[in-house]
Parts: sequence; structure tokens; C-alpha cells
Amino acid sequence: MTSPAIAATGLRKAFKDKTVLDGIDLEVAAGSVFSLLGPNGAGKTTTVNVLTTLLRADAGSVRVAGHDVATETAAVRKAIGVTGQFAAVDDLLTGRENLRLMAELKRLAPGERDAVVDGLLERFDLVEAAPKLVSTYSGGMRRKLDLAMTLVGAPQIIFLDEPTTGLDPRSRRTMWEIVRELVAGGTTIFLTTQYLDEADQLADRVAVLDHGRLVAEGTPAELKRQVPGSHVRFRFAGPEGLDAAARVLTGATRDDENLTLRVPSDGGTRSVRTLLDALDEYSIDAEEFSVHTPDLDDVFLALTGRPTTEETAR
Amino acid sequence: MSTDAAIMVRRNLKHTVRNPIAVFNAILLPIVLMLMFVYVIGGAFDVGVDYVDYSTPGMILLAITYGLSATALAVNSDMTKGVINRFKVMDISRGAVLTGHVVGSVLRTIIAIAAIIGTAFLLGFRSSAGFVDWLGVVGFSLLVSIAFSWLTVGLGLAAKSPESAGMAVVPLIMLPFLSSAIVPADEMGTGVRQFAEYQPFTPIIEALRGLLAGAPEAGDVIPALAWTVDLALVGYLWSISTFTKRA
Ligand SMILES: Nc1ncnc2c1ncn2[C@@H]1O[C@H](COP(=O)(O)OP(=O)(O)OP(=O)(O)O)[C@@H](O)[C@H]1O
Ligand SMILES: [Mg+2]
Repeated sequence: MTSPAIAATGLRKAFKDKTVLDGIDLEVAAGSVFSLLGPNGAGKTTTVNVLTTLLRADAGSVRVAGHDVATETAAVRKAIGVTGQFAAVDDLLTGRENLRLMAELKRLAPGERDAVVDGLLERFDLVEAAPKLVSTYSGGMRRKLDLAMTLVGAPQIIFLDEPTTGLDPRSRRTMWEIVRELVAGGTTIFLTTQYLDEADQLADRVAVLDHGRLVAEGTPAELKRQVPGSHVRFRFAGPEGLDAAARVLTGATRDDENLTLRVPSDGGTRSVRTLLDALDEYSIDAEEFSVHTPDLDDVFLALTGRPTTEETAR
Repeated sequence: MSTDAAIMVRRNLKHTVRNPIAVFNAILLPIVLMLMFVYVIGGAFDVGVDYVDYSTPGMILLAITYGLSATALAVNSDMTKGVINRFKVMDISRGAVLTGHVVGSVLRTIIAIAAIIGTAFLLGFRSSAGFVDWLGVVGFSLLVSIAFSWLTVGLGLAAKSPESAGMAVVPLIMLPFLSSAIVPADEMGTGVRQFAEYQPFTPIIEALRGLLAGAPEAGDVIPALAWTVDLALVGYLWSISTFTKRA
């Protein structure tokens, strides 16, 4: 077993007397994707700042790429790439110049720089925008350039703080593909996100942060198992249908107001067919029918006692 | 200078080239001021020599300070826009970004000083300075420029917003007016005179005046050097510590 890419124990951080991180322990295996979820103000960015040497923790220890964040800062910085929550790009340079600046600072061989820069421009669909000043870029373009700049020099551990916030669906897909490619190549990814489907899609392990504490940690599947199971929902045209169906489908929960019936089910074709056959046998027609499997939204709600910030923010 | 700093200097030069108006202002305003003082106001003061001869050292100083607001602004917008965080999490030398700003600022100042000295000669400035005196003028101006650039970097780092950074350097730009730059101190009112006699710009200007006249006096040069070196050190140390503190 190789040592973890990121290991934090007993991490604490307070601003004045406001506790933001209240004893965080986490471990990220090398070559995996770890996703930190949490509502606004949960402490995600603060965590990233501590892990990436931008901020000193009040207590606890952090090792990144095997080096202590507090005492071997330079070694940690050599190993990581960071895309913060807010685009860290130079507005007064062009996109290409921004990438070249990174290539120079990372001491890429002069002959190698152009190839790396061109490759990234291509990959992030920024070829056309490359000669333009970044101050003229749209928010999504800045975001993409920001990510591209992080990838220069192929860091072994990459931190992404809400990398797809503000990206259009296509760019989001591109971003996901890039994360997958990076992981396939052995890179470790630590990512925070507001989009639960993103964590579901990408992450090997997910941790939920709330009020500075980790309230849950596990694989997406493990977390989903923690909330009430999947079910099938029927909606009827009138109370007669609902009454009849409730008599046939025992163990169901009825909702008279919405004329719906909730039946526990694993959602597989066989069990769904059994249900439908039962209704058919008594000639009961449902107006609407849906299979509901818990997603990370449900997990989030169950754990933090409120809907995801993504929804409340809109 | 480390390679990181050299890279940052190139970054700054690109910024400067992208913003020619700021450079133009920093060069043009001192020239306009000089024309005003020599043609409009200068005749009103009895300075004992041709007014252009009297005012040139002060104008050199104005050329140095006028460019500073651009520097403060550049430093502050680096801090307030996220790009600084990118540099901070990279394994590059801590002061490289700041050195980049200082070198950029000094280079702009050199152009402004050359322009003002050229203008002075066109207006009939005569100097009895020898080669060594001129070397002294150049070296001393550079030192002053470096000192004030570091101070300005500190101001830019400490300011909360680009606007307040721009305001913070106003005293540095105003100080030459309250020195012997425009009028000899003994022609001023008592309060202002005392201030003028003890503030750093007066010995700095008098030292420049001496060098340009080919007759530097130790009584001016030594306090001027002491002030400049002190200001440079204070500016440097303050900048580095502010930079490290400000996340
Ligand atoms: N420099 C600071 N000084 C004081 N308080 C701070 C500072 N930085 C963050 N905080 C506080 O710490 C808490 C956590 O902030 P943080 O930015 O880590 O949250 P987050 O989970 O990233 O939120 P978001 O989803 O909105 O990005 C917030 O209450 C915030 O007000
Ligand atoms: Mg955040």
C-alpha cells in the first residue's frame, strides 16, 4: 500500500473567535478523486487553503505528498496544483501569455513550453481566445484558463475549489473528462463542489462538511445507503383509484392530498413489473408513475438538515 | 536577481506596454509642471540663479514620485485580484512578484527622468557638472527611485482597494512641493519652512542640486544618502512582512 496523497488529522482553524474548522480528519489515497461537499460557509475553501499552504491551521497536522504542510512548504508546493474558487488569472496578459508565464515559473524546458501551452489551449477550447487579453474573457473562459494554468507542469496532486461553478454544460463535461483523464494518469484530485451529481460522477470518496465538521464520509454508494431506500411513486386521477391501489399494494404509504402512493421497491425491472401487474389485475390506472432512487441530494438533506445550497441559492 | 524575479519583471514590462497611457502620464505631467513653473510661476521667486537651473533637481524628484501611483495601483490590483494566490501556492521565491513591481517602477522612472532632464536642457538649463557628478546624479536618482518604489509597494500592499492605494501615494507626490524643490525654504512661512527643512526631500534635492552644479556638499549628500537608504530598508522590510501576512 502506498502512503496517502493527503492526510489531515485534527485540523482546526478559527478566525478571531469564530471556529471554522472544528477537528477535521481526512485521508485521500494517491490516484483517487476525493470530493468535499458542504453548504455555503461550511469551510470548504478554508480546508483547501490549509491543505495548499495558503493558510496556517491553528492545530492539527497535514501531510500532502508525504510532506508536512507547515514545515516542508516548498516541497508541498512543488507537488501540487491549485485552482481556487475565484479565477487566479492575470487580466493584463493574453491567455497564451498566462500559460507561458506558468510554463516559465514551472521551469519547463524552453523547447517544451510551446507544445504544452498549445496542447492546453486546444484541450480547453481556448485557441481562438489565446491572443486576446484575459480582461475581455467571459467568466467561463477565465475559469477554463484558470484550470489550464493549474495543469501546466503536470502536478501530482490537484486541488479544485468548485471547478465547474459557472461553466456551461458542455464545458462541465469537458472538465469531467479531464478529471477522469488525469486520474487515469495517476493524478490525485481533491475537489469541492456544490453539484452533488458531480461528486457522484467523479469521486471515489465523498465527505460532507457542515459547520466545520465532517458529518459523513464514504463512497457515494455508501452514503446513499444511509438514507431511506428507493421507492416507486404512483399518482392517481382521483381518490377512488388511490383507495383501490392502496388496498392492492400493501405496505405503501398514501398521500391523500396529492393523490399519490409511495411503494418501497428497489426500482429494478422485475419488482416494478410485479407492481404494475398487480394494478393491472384489478384494472387500476395510475396517471403517473416514477421510480425514485436516493441521490446525494437526499444524503445532503438528511445529514445537514437543509436542502443543498445549490438550490437555495437560485 | 533570481530567475523568478526576472520572469516577474518581464510580466510587469508587458503590463506597462499594455497600459501606455499610465506611462505617458508619468512622463508628461512632470514636464507640464516644469513648463508651468519655469514660464509662469518661476519669475515670481528670487532664487538667485536662473529658475530653470534652480528647479531641475526638484523636477527630477517629481518625475520619480509621479510614476508611483501607477505602481501602487498595480501592486494593489495584484493583491485584490486572485492571481497572487496562484503565485503563493507555487514554489517560487516569495519576493519575486514584488521585485518585479519595483524593477518595473524604476525602469519607468528612468524614462521619466531622462525626459525631464532633456526638457530642462531645452529650456536653457546649464550644468557645470563633470562626468563623475553626472554619474552621481544618475546613481543617486536610481537609489531614490528604488527607495520610493519599495515604499510604494508597501503602500499598495497595505491598501484595502486600488482606490485607496492611489490615495496612499498622494503624500509622497505632494512632499516635494513642501521642500526646497520649487522655492528655497527660507522664502516660506515659518511653519512650512520648519517642515521643509526637516523632511527627507529637502536634503535629497539639495544633494541633487549640488551634484548638478558640479559642487556636491557633504552636508547635503550624507543626510540625503542616509534618508534614502533608510527609506529603502523600511519600504523593503514593510513590503515583505505585509506580503507574507496578507493571504
Ligand atoms: N479571512 C477570513 N476572515 C474571517 N472569516 C472568514 C475568513 N475566511 C472565511 N471566513 C469564514 O469562514 C467560514 C467558512 O468559509 P469558507 O470560505 O471556507 O466556506 P465555503 O465552504 O468555501 O463556502 P462557499 O460554498 O460559499 O464557498 C465562513 O463563515 C466565512 O465567513
Ligand atoms: Mg468556498
